[in-house]
Amino acid sequence: MRKSWQNKMKITAEQVFAGEEKVIARAISLIENERQQVFPLLKELYSRSELAYLLGVTGPPGSGKSTLVAKIVSGWVREGNKVAVIAIDPTSEFSGGALLGDRIRMDDISTNKDVFIRSMATRGYLGGLNPAIFDTVVVLSAAGYKKIVIETVGVGQNEIDIVSLADTTLVVTVPEAGDEVQAFKAGLMEAGDIFVLNKADHPEVNKMELVLKQMLRLGNTAGEQAENRWEVPIVKTIATTEKGIAELNKTIAEHQEFLTEKGENQKAPGKIISNHLIHLLEESLKRKYLDPLKESPAFAKLLQEIAAKKTDPYSAMEELMANFKERLG
Amino acid sequence: MTGKNIKVLIAKPGLDGHDRGAKVIARGLKEAGMEVVYTGLRQTPAQIVRAALQEDVDVIGLSILSGAHQELFPVIMDELEEAGLEDILVLAGGTIPDSDHQELKEIGIKEIFKPGTPIKEIVEFIEKELAE
Amino acid sequence: MDELRDYYQEWLEEELKPTVDNFGSRKKEFKTASDIELEALYTPLDIDDLDYLSELNFPGQYPYTRGVYATMYRSRLWTMRQYAGFGTAKETNQRYRYLLEQGQTGLSVAFDLPTQIGYDSDQPLARGEVGRVGVAIDTLKDMETLFDKIPLDKVSTSMTINAPAAVLLAMYVAVAEKQGVDRSKLAGTVQNDILKEYIARGTYIFPPEPSLKLVTDIFEFCSQELPRWNSISISGYHIREAGSDAIQELAFTLGNGIEYVESALERGLNIDDFAPRLSFFFNAQMNFFEEIAKFRAARRLWAEIMRERFGAKKDKSCMLRFHTQTAGAALTAQQPENNIIRVAYQALAAALGGTQSLHTNSFDEALGLPTEKSVKIALRTQQILAEETGVADVIDPLGGSYLIESMTDTLVEEARDYLEEIDKLGGMAEAIEAGFVQREIQETAYEMQKDIDNQEQIVVGVNKYQEEEEEEIEDILKVDPELEQSQKESLQRVRVNRDATKVEKHLTKLREAAEKEENLMYPILAAVKDYVSIGEICGVLRDIFGEYEARHF
Ligand SMILES: Nc1nc2c(ncn2[C@@H]2O[C@H](COP(=O)(O)OP(=O)(O)O)[C@@H](O)[C@H]2O)c(=O)[nH]1
Ligand SMILES: [Mg+2]
Repeated sequence: MRKSWQNKMKITAEQVFAGEEKVIARAISLIENERQQVFPLLKELYSRSELAYLLGVTGPPGSGKSTLVAKIVSGWVREGNKVAVIAIDPTSEFSGGALLGDRIRMDDISTNKDVFIRSMATRGYLGGLNPAIFDTVVVLSAAGYKKIVIETVGVGQNEIDIVSLADTTLVVTVPEAGDEVQAFKAGLMEAGDIFVLNKADHPEVNKMELVLKQMLRLGNTAGEQAENRWEVPIVKTIATTEKGIAELNKTIAEHQEFLTEKGENQKAPGKIISNHLIHLLEESLKRKYLDPLKESPAFAKLLQEIAAKKTDPYSAMEELMANFKERLG
Repeated sequence: MTGKNIKVLIAKPGLDGHDRGAKVIARGLKEAGMEVVYTGLRQTPAQIVRAALQEDVDVIGLSILSGAHQELFPVIMDELEEAGLEDILVLAGGTIPDSDHQELKEIGIKEIFKPGTPIKEIVEFIEKELAE
Repeated sequence: MDELRDYYQEWLEEELKPTVDNFGSRKKEFKTASDIELEALYTPLDIDDLDYLSELNFPGQYPYTRGVYATMYRSRLWTMRQYAGFGTAKETNQRYRYLLEQGQTGLSVAFDLPTQIGYDSDQPLARGEVGRVGVAIDTLKDMETLFDKIPLDKVSTSMTINAPAAVLLAMYVAVAEKQGVDRSKLAGTVQNDILKEYIARGTYIFPPEPSLKLVTDIFEFCSQELPRWNSISISGYHIREAGSDAIQELAFTLGNGIEYVESALERGLNIDDFAPRLSFFFNAQMNFFEEIAKFRAARRLWAEIMRERFGAKKDKSCMLRFHTQTAGAALTAQQPENNIIRVAYQALAAALGGTQSLHTNSFDEALGLPTEKSVKIALRTQQILAEETGVADVIDPLGGSYLIESMTDTLVEEARDYLEEIDKLGGMAEAIEAGFVQREIQETAYEMQKDIDNQEQIVVGVNKYQEEEEEEIEDILKVDPELEQSQKESLQRVRVNRDATKVEKHLTKLREAAEKEENLMYPILAAVKDYVSIGEICGVLRDIFGEYEARHF
């Protein structure tokens, strides 16, 4: 097999700390494809480094996320940061393949030595973020990237889950002709720390800003008292010409500061880890119990019995759960 | 078909804007189960090599119709080697005269697919090469 | 008619069906390239609602379905216009002068890719591309060389240039003035069709909005200064090459046309001032009858659009005049000589469709740049068609054919449906921005590839009648590798010899004009006269307008 990560290449934590791109790239491939093998490395990396600041960027397809990310990152790099970008696109349910096209919009930064871009597919983790993404964050953080951006398409639960990972979440919207705001439809209104109204060169932009403001106000009235709360701002941008990007970067920095000042309150790191731990557990349970179960004769037999109406799915589940309990001991 | 876990970079070096072939192939490989990174038009050798490196792809497909392949492909192959990526399978397609094939194969391009090659043939070629 | 219908039913059931049941059908379903289902036989029943005067009428009469001119090829054959350009301006100039000596009156300029994307030859991205697919133009100096000793009041020149069309047009005007030729005498065309670049051809620079503004600047400039100049060639050719079918080619091209007209009207131009100078450019593909019907449908649709939608009064505003090129995408790299035959059929369809001018492809173009010999065969193909076959002797010879008329009708209707959908999306610019048009074409392109892979569509030499050992075509035109270096050096010389303070002044003025949204033709014209380069001009505009990046599917 030519597959490089399947060579007996062993990656050490020292190599990752040294930050060589090829090593990082292969470590991520290992994370995606050989999860078992990579846990010892991740253990070491996690305990010996700090997680980077994570910016989540989500919104409907075509709203300009990738273009924005490129500009945000350019700004950060100019300030002397090393920055990584993880661009996530959906895996096709039918073929298991994926088309990863976000790099198209990141031409400007794609050869900058301080920027690492990686495209990843969701690989069927519907209803939850692929745990490989957090693990990738661990590797990139250890490799010296102090700021990491994660771009996901905001259409389903998967994408809203980005919030469970990111320190700051940007929700990108665009002025639209109709009254229905896609972000709202997708349930993204509660998810954002900052709203970006991109494509502000569009004639409908002011109308859209009003609509957004209204929606945000409605969302904001509930909850905590005003003082200790982050007022969700709306930043207007034209990503293609970089208009508004400076202000956006300033607002992101303010949110980061707000988080630091507030300490653990809002985005408790405990929550991120708790989410990841659950994801890891789900993944392990699936691999260790559910996947083998699907292949087992006992499972086939149960299915037959259900078909013959000798039992029903509910009782079958209870029976299997009892078995699990025993085995989990 | 089992393109599972094969990651491919489809890149368009040069300045021509004819990406019909590149897109059809990208789509075809995706439907064969591969993960395809598509980088769009007007990619420099440096951009292509950096993308291959960071994405850790198994295969690079270069599509070019401008005729600049003899100028650009050697640069790409050299830079791949410099980056330690000589184990990546590199394929090419587009408007490439027969008389150039030999020279391109000598610099390490494994196969040159003519326009009209069935997608299935390309998928099978990749799977076979990677299985070796 | 009713009687005929009965007879037809009888024939279907008692003659056709039993025979088909007996002998079988070659295919499960018979369809055109655009998936239009074909009957086994067409009869008067298929055109019984056709109204001759309102839908066909006579050649030269609204809606021009049968042709835009009363005499068509009886007075003048179509213009045989072969697109050419290679290497340096000097070499291309020699080729042009040779062609003109042979009696050709029309020139067609192909520019290299750096020029088409607004880069100077010495910019890093230009590497390997200088002078390759066309001639390299950096400054007015190159343009002076390109047209040296060619009297610009005597020739008509078609320039395939889009995103930086304003710069090249300005250079052309500047060269003419140096020759002492008055602007009003200049005849020719700039392609200037930016929308299809986003959809299909890929040599865009700026985002759609400022690009549309530039297109309109050229419309305005032409209607004021260049009365004999076609300000645009609205091109379906590349849309088809990108994998669309005939209906999409028709709908998206006319859709683009509508968008341009609207932005010119918004600028305050008068429809009948600029509409007569709009020209079109279509593809001639393999599906013979559908292609002929497509050209006829295009004329009828455009006439309707101009008169009914935009209220054009002049006849000329309603006439769709078009250039045709045979399909590059139909050329195969396998058994390349077969392409000669393909091109001949496609050219025949274009002539039967009433084209105003025609470019026939050379058979070796799927392999590289055409050689002199292959170019000559391509030209001879047209000459044989025009002079030997007699197709040019009768106007619209297939008019009235049950099949052709019914198919023309179908294409008109299908294209209208598409146009309605595009209107709902807010016009072509919006539909492109939303990716609608690109997705539609990609879907068709992918389906077509699958059809070929499954042998549902036969391509001789590719998926049927293949040959194991392919004969290699050795005779391929090579571009001189020294050319890039010498072009860079000559650009350097121009840079050294020109007045640098003037250059700065022009670029500042251009920047201001762009920011104030003034017509940029004038400051660009002033700048090129002082040898400001295309890369410098487009660089300033890139700064202000930003650059467009295509999105993936
Ligand atoms: N007019 C306009 N177009 C933009 C703007 N930002 C992005 N675009 C364009 O919108 C399209 C989609 O952008 P992309 O970044 O790929 O969006 P994503 O799918 O959300 O990542 C591209 O053609 C961009 O050039 C903007 O502010 N104004
Ligand atoms: Mg994106």
